[in-house]
Amino acid sequence: MGLRLRLVVTFTLVAVVATVTTGALTFREARTGVLQQSQDTVIEEFRHRVNTLVPNYRFPPDAAGLNSFANDVSRGGRSQQWRVLVAYREKSATSLPGDSFGELSPAMRESVRSRRATVFQRVSHQGHSALVVGMPVTFAGLYSTERQASGLEVYLTVPQQEEQGYVDALVTAIERATVPALVLAVLIALLAARGVLRPVRALRRATRSIAEGHLDTRLAVQGSDELADLSRTFNETAAALEGSVAELRRMEAGARRFAADVSHELRTPLAAMSAVTDVLDEDAAGLDEDTATAVRLISTETTKLAALVDDLMEISRFDAGAAALHLDEIDLAESLRRTLATRGWQDTVETGLPEPGELRGRVDPRRLDVVVANLVANALRHGAPPVRLNLHAEDDPRAGRQAVVTVHDGGDGIPEGVLPHVFDRFYKSADARARSEGSGLGLSIATENVRLHGGTVRAANHPEGGAVFTVVLPLRPDDTEERTPPPAEEDRT
Amino acid sequence: MPRVLIIEDDRAVRDGVRLALRRQGHEVAAAATGEDGLEQLRSFRPDAVVLDLMLPGMSGLEVCRRIRAHDQVPIIMATARGDDTDIVVGLEAGADDYVVKPVRARILDARIRAVLRRVGGTSDDQGTPRTEHHGDLVIDRAGLTVTHQGRPVALGPSELRLLLTLSASAGQVFSRQQLLEAVWEHNYHGDARLVDACVKRLRSKIGESPGSPRYVHTVRGFGYRFGPR
Repeated sequence: MGLRLRLVVTFTLVAVVATVTTGALTFREARTGVLQQSQDTVIEEFRHRVNTLVPNYRFPPDAAGLNSFANDVSRGGRSQQWRVLVAYREKSATSLPGDSFGELSPAMRESVRSRRATVFQRVSHQGHSALVVGMPVTFAGLYSTERQASGLEVYLTVPQQEEQGYVDALVTAIERATVPALVLAVLIALLAARGVLRPVRALRRATRSIAEGHLDTRLAVQGSDELADLSRTFNETAAALEGSVAELRRMEAGARRFAADVSHELRTPLAAMSAVTDVLDEDAAGLDEDTATAVRLISTETTKLAALVDDLMEISRFDAGAAALHLDEIDLAESLRRTLATRGWQDTVETGLPEPGELRGRVDPRRLDVVVANLVANALRHGAPPVRLNLHAEDDPRAGRQAVVTVHDGGDGIPEGVLPHVFDRFYKSADARARSEGSGLGLSIATENVRLHGGTVRAANHPEGGAVFTVVLPLRPDDTEERTPPPAEEDRT
Repeated sequence: MPRVLIIEDDRAVRDGVRLALRRQGHEVAAAATGEDGLEQLRSFRPDAVVLDLMLPGMSGLEVCRRIRAHDQVPIIMATARGDDTDIVVGLEAGADDYVVKPVRARILDARIRAVLRRVGGTSDDQGTPRTEHHGDLVIDRAGLTVTHQGRPVALGPSELRLLLTLSASAGQVFSRQQLLEAVWEHNYHGDARLVDACVKRLRSKIGESPGSPRYVHTVRGFGYRFGPR
């Protein structure tokens, strides 16, 4: 449940409890007051009426007497709505002929008979509330204070519609007061929720913004409550984070620049040395043996050093994010064949490639060449023949169409401990790779190139022996795109 | 014997390359600065120039532009910085090819011979009519001249070779790889940036508007096609 909803519900509950309690108390007091007053008036009037009328009648009364007595009493009510029952022993008479007087309960009648006191009761009869009063008529003893029961009982029923009306009006008033109170409570709850939620929302936005890399995000701190404290803490955390990240970036950039600068500085002397290695090789044949060995050594090492510097430059370009992808739609199998052919590997590497024209894809041909050449060179150098290069297309339900290149050698495979590190820079397992064999950067460069394409490369051991390197490249299907672009959107040239 | 001018500020590199190229059978002159290089260009009249991009004083880029302003001699950039921007800027300034230092003399030699072949290499186009008219563009295959709206267009060897290759099969789409092989003779995985930069230069020289080229059309994701629209 959201904070807003919780606040609204709480406020509403509080408002309901408050109004209902107040309403109930008010209602009870007011109702008692109204009813008490009306019933006191009625009883007083009734008693007075009976007392006034009783002496006019003969005692014991006959049926006609009872009847007229009842009628006379009933006429005393101000609202003329008095219904009267007069009973004497077994006889009774009502002011309205045939009145069943259903409001009168036997218990009340018994109480009047036995206790010789005025008894009243509020009853609800057939949906109407009414006041029933019962009174025994007594004689005042001439010489004693004890009053004697005459046996005559007078009962009165007064409808209490008016009073009921007051009470109903009270209920309505309370109900009507409750609705605005509730609405007000909800409004206040919403306001309060907004007051709390606004900073919370700002905090959420800011956190997300930080997560997206906008480390300079800060919150405006208002007031000095807990939320302001939270905002302040957030700002401090963000500032600390920004500082650390800036420091890290600075160090990283420095390290990268150093690598790039070193490689670059190595280039100029190497350029001079590389230019003449062929001359040295050529002339070595005519020199005495020691000098020839020395010259050839210089030549080979220069070539290696040049390759290493090349690799380092390439790596620092990847690190600096300066490596760009120049996509071209090419025949992948043809490209792989060319990679083998230009390095003279056609006869040493077995291939399982699709027919020409079967598998085309948008890749950077130069980078694909680097990837495949590195993997095959790695297999030839560290594995054993036969080295097999395979290519096929695969449909991945998530990534779409992909080209899968595998290089499988017939060697002993890669030791389990080495497997997770084969793509690390300069990683050389102690036994398998001596310094003379490659720069240790080939596989990392291949990995970076594959990653640049949005693909993956992994190394594993084949169950039947030998190491398998698998490159998965997403094929960007360009078939949907029209071959000739409209004049308006000329491309990169 | 091809005459090659090396413009390179580092003495060791200059001497090394000069020695190596001389052994490969070139007649070599060397200059240490851009100004000296431009001077020697007039006196030595080389068949090809190997130009270092980073030079003190006048930059290699500026030298390249000045040479191109009045001379169509093939230029091979030798750059110590293999970054994309340097290469692309150099190519767009008018270089025909580039090599990233350090480079072996044999590779440099192969590149030089390839650009030199470009100048005279139209032997496979014999049998086609002497002049071709493509809209306002007139291509003289035998005389190796191109005119646009009656005015001669000065094309560098790569641009000329590219135009001849594309126009020889008008309407056919060439991939960048095919063009690299046909024009630059890179039978390895060459650099598509060479093609793109050269197309850009060719277009500007034959008066194409960048938005809607009339002669050299881009076939997106594949390559280029020639054909007046």
